[in-house]
Amino acid sequence: MNKIKTILRGNFFFIFGPFIFLWLLRYIIPNYTISSKTPHWAYIPPKSCLGGCGSIDGLIPFVDWTNALIQFLRKYEIFGLFTFRDFTRGIANYVDKFLDFTEAVLHKGFPSYDIGPLPWVFILTLTIILGFYLRGWRLALLGGACFSYLILFSKRGIWELSMKSLAAISVSAPLAALIGLCLGILAVKRKRFANFLWPMLNILQSLPHFSYLILVVIFVGIGTKAGVIATVIFAFPPMARLTILGLQNISQEIKEAGVMAGCTKWQMLFKVEIPAARSPIMLGVNQVIMQCLAMIVIAAFIGQPGLGHDLLIRLQGLRLGEAFEIGVAVVLIAITLDRYSQALALKEPERREGNFFKRHPYLCTSIFSIIICTVLVFISPFFNEYPKEYTISASVYLDNGIKSFTRSLFVPLGIFRDWMLIYFLMPLKSIFQSMPWTGVILFVGAIGWKLGKIRLALTVMLFVFFIASSGYWVRAMITVYMVFASLVICALIGIPLGIWASKKESRTKLVLNICDIFQTFPSFIYLLPAIMLFQISDVSAIFAIVIYSSIPMVRYTVFGLRNVPQQIIEASITSGCTDRQLLWKVKMPLAFPEIILGANQTLMFALFMVMIAGFIGTVDLSQEIFRALSFSDGGKGLIIGLCVAFIGLTADRILVEWSSQMKSKLGFKV
Amino acid sequence: MKNEAKISCKNIWKLYGEAPEKFLKNTNNNPTTEEIKKNNYIPAVRDASIDVNTGEILVIMGLSGSGKSTLLRCMSKLIEPTHGQVFFEGNDLLKASEKELIDIRRHKMGMVFQHFALLPHRTVLQNVAFPLEVQGQEIQKREERAKDVIKLVGLEGREKYYPRELSGGQQQRVGLARSLAVEPDVWFLDEPFSALDPLIRKEMQNEFLRLQSMLKKTIVFITHDFDEAIRLADRIAIMYEGLIVQVGTPEELITKPATDYVAEFTKDIPRSKLLNAESIMNEKDKKPYENTVNYSDKIEKIASKVLKSESIFSVVDDNKEIIGSVSKKELIKALFAEDKNE
Repeated sequence: MNKIKTILRGNFFFIFGPFIFLWLLRYIIPNYTISSKTPHWAYIPPKSCLGGCGSIDGLIPFVDWTNALIQFLRKYEIFGLFTFRDFTRGIANYVDKFLDFTEAVLHKGFPSYDIGPLPWVFILTLTIILGFYLRGWRLALLGGACFSYLILFSKRGIWELSMKSLAAISVSAPLAALIGLCLGILAVKRKRFANFLWPMLNILQSLPHFSYLILVVIFVGIGTKAGVIATVIFAFPPMARLTILGLQNISQEIKEAGVMAGCTKWQMLFKVEIPAARSPIMLGVNQVIMQCLAMIVIAAFIGQPGLGHDLLIRLQGLRLGEAFEIGVAVVLIAITLDRYSQALALKEPERREGNFFKRHPYLCTSIFSIIICTVLVFISPFFNEYPKEYTISASVYLDNGIKSFTRSLFVPLGIFRDWMLIYFLMPLKSIFQSMPWTGVILFVGAIGWKLGKIRLALTVMLFVFFIASSGYWVRAMITVYMVFASLVICALIGIPLGIWASKKESRTKLVLNICDIFQTFPSFIYLLPAIMLFQISDVSAIFAIVIYSSIPMVRYTVFGLRNVPQQIIEASITSGCTDRQLLWKVKMPLAFPEIILGANQTLMFALFMVMIAGFIGTVDLSQEIFRALSFSDGGKGLIIGLCVAFIGLTADRILVEWSSQMKSKLGFKV
Repeated sequence: MKNEAKISCKNIWKLYGEAPEKFLKNTNNNPTTEEIKKNNYIPAVRDASIDVNTGEILVIMGLSGSGKSTLLRCMSKLIEPTHGQVFFEGNDLLKASEKELIDIRRHKMGMVFQHFALLPHRTVLQNVAFPLEVQGQEIQKREERAKDVIKLVGLEGREKYYPRELSGGQQQRVGLARSLAVEPDVWFLDEPFSALDPLIRKEMQNEFLRLQSMLKKTIVFITHDFDEAIRLADRIAIMYEGLIVQVGTPEELITKPATDYVAEFTKDIPRSKLLNAESIMNEKDKKPYENTVNYSDKIEKIASKVLKSESIFSVVDDNKEIIGSVSKKELIKALFAEDKNE
């Protein structure tokens, strides 16, 4: 800790000097504040949007350029035959064919052949058998419980909605996985392609969901296939990343064994490399599925039918009880999909010897139960379509429960909300709003420089300059303020919780399990409790952000503290450290780099959630992006998306570099 | 001699760094240690020339970082040498096309790895049959062959097991079986027993010797364990910082170490178990004495009778011809070699 202090002291003036100087200028130069109609250029970038941003030029008209490019792509005919938009729509039509099939199987049926959709008994039974096969009875129980909920609580059509969402996922997830896999393989095999792909993945993974949606609306249109395509684009990057990591981490010996056996290149790839990297690749599939689910829910904004759509409508109408019921369904599906795909990733092949039935027990059980289910369906319509009169709904009770809950807490929550606004959020907001853009550029540049790399300094300064010149500086600073406020609260909650959890094995397990579950929820879900408790305000947005993005803070703190080498701890105890000294003098300094990484992740999570929180009416970049969505303004959507991405990437570059430098100073492998 | 060499390495260099080919060219393919260091190159193998004779066990011995694994990989062209030539059965391996290389590896080479390098998603049987599978052999034929090899290494009944279900020793048996499945001419073993417990290691060394007594392959065996080297080797090549310091039979290394480095290795080896009468005898003294010893008798066998008697023993070869003599003097000199300087 002392070391950090000396570093800061030594560089204090270099890093903060120009920033503070430019900041203090507001007391000297007359129109150096946001309240003036034409603020000084050194304070707010010229041609920025100050209040309502209708159409804004910005210092550099990125938006116009992008829109011109989009127009060009819409009109220009490749080889004089078809336009880019025709091309994308053509692809969309192919996607639609697959979608027709999965939708027919899951909820529409094949009317031309007079066949209905797959009856619920099949889905339930096969899910349970699959659970047994993948991991055992616990997983089977989870799957069974999930689908039983969907069947039972289907008074308002949760079953059909779920099937719609699942139909979309079962098209988009395999597509995204396939694209990610191919790109990953190509990147490993062709160094030059990797140099191109890696930064692309960085940007793609920090663009907010809505930027994708807007572009998809322009090039594909709205509705289910558009949602699926947006989802595919959104979900493939983690797959590509994990494929690259998996293939790179195969032990050199295994590859040599393949070469020495005389494998050709294709044999190497399909018989040695992909099977040997099976687990990381399948974890990529797991990630893809989770991203797909998150995006399918959000794709409701461009007319994707399914759970997300109905959730959105209920939320807009503040019908919280019904929204809650759908939310539970989304959460259950999320946990089930996550656990099933994780089990698939970690499944080892099992040795079974004996006759056919003994070797393939699950296959035989499946066939057997399919036969039984078919018979049941023909005997009784009950098994074909679960009758509506047996379904239940708790929404009325939930509504009342939520109402009385919030009513009883109305006064304390209100006091808390107002207190937060007046004493924490508003002052913080005005601090961020009063920061001059020139100062911020110099500030990040100085940090980049101090971390020892001219390249880093230039990169982060360029990122900030892009935001400043795009015209959305003021909005961006509100976003930064929201993220920063959430980060502070997350740290105040997450670090102590992490310390508490790292003390005992049992606590660690418990807390990490809870983190796991929370992380599987699609981010949109977190708006539900936020609206319930704090209605619509900055506080509710921050509340939603904080629950979602505390997860990595806790996780990394626990990880950092538990990873302090046992020897060092024993050495400290034998030197006579008390518990408190052990924590503050030994464990925390060693875990600090990891905690910084946690803060970085928290920041990314927060940035994503801020964008979604625009739905409950914050006035930062997210509001603009929502506006761009409703006007199908692709240029604006993309540029704002890039602003968000660059906020994230600036912080990411600096924090990751800082952490890895600290790690190497401490002698940890980076 | 020329046609006896199965593999012949000529002036192999492997340097790591920027544009090493150019650097080598500029220094006439013979840079000094200082030059290499000054230009920030990391030398893995330096000017290594060595022949592997048909049917012999050549052990390449050296500590970690001495370049032994790199040299082995140059022999199979898993690593492309920066400079030099590798002849495999007289053909220049470095000029061979990708297709020819695949063909050679499929039929003539087998390799065993330190960490076994088994494919985790395949059963023992499928692992062993893997080299045959990539050749395109039919499933029935290759599994039959694989079963034979599995039997050979003593893993019968474990065909359906997955690697993770086996102990380290058993996994390396699978590795041995896989490398033997194609009936290779040359068998490369890269520290095959280093990752095993000492007891298992001993057992596996015996297994290896048993297999070799039946199969008579040409073998290049890498190890960092000198005991293992003298136990298994016909000839040993000692490497140090990329250079081959000395090549010779175990006896030669012990009796005539080329450098202090080699001497340091051989110092702690129990000579009585290794040296035979021939290697310590006085070659000039060919007089017939009353008692004789065979030239191949190890010292530990003859020591007590030579030391007990005051007389000199004749050393005879298989044809009972006298080729030298041994007395207390030679025996003591051989056993306490460290004192030779005094």
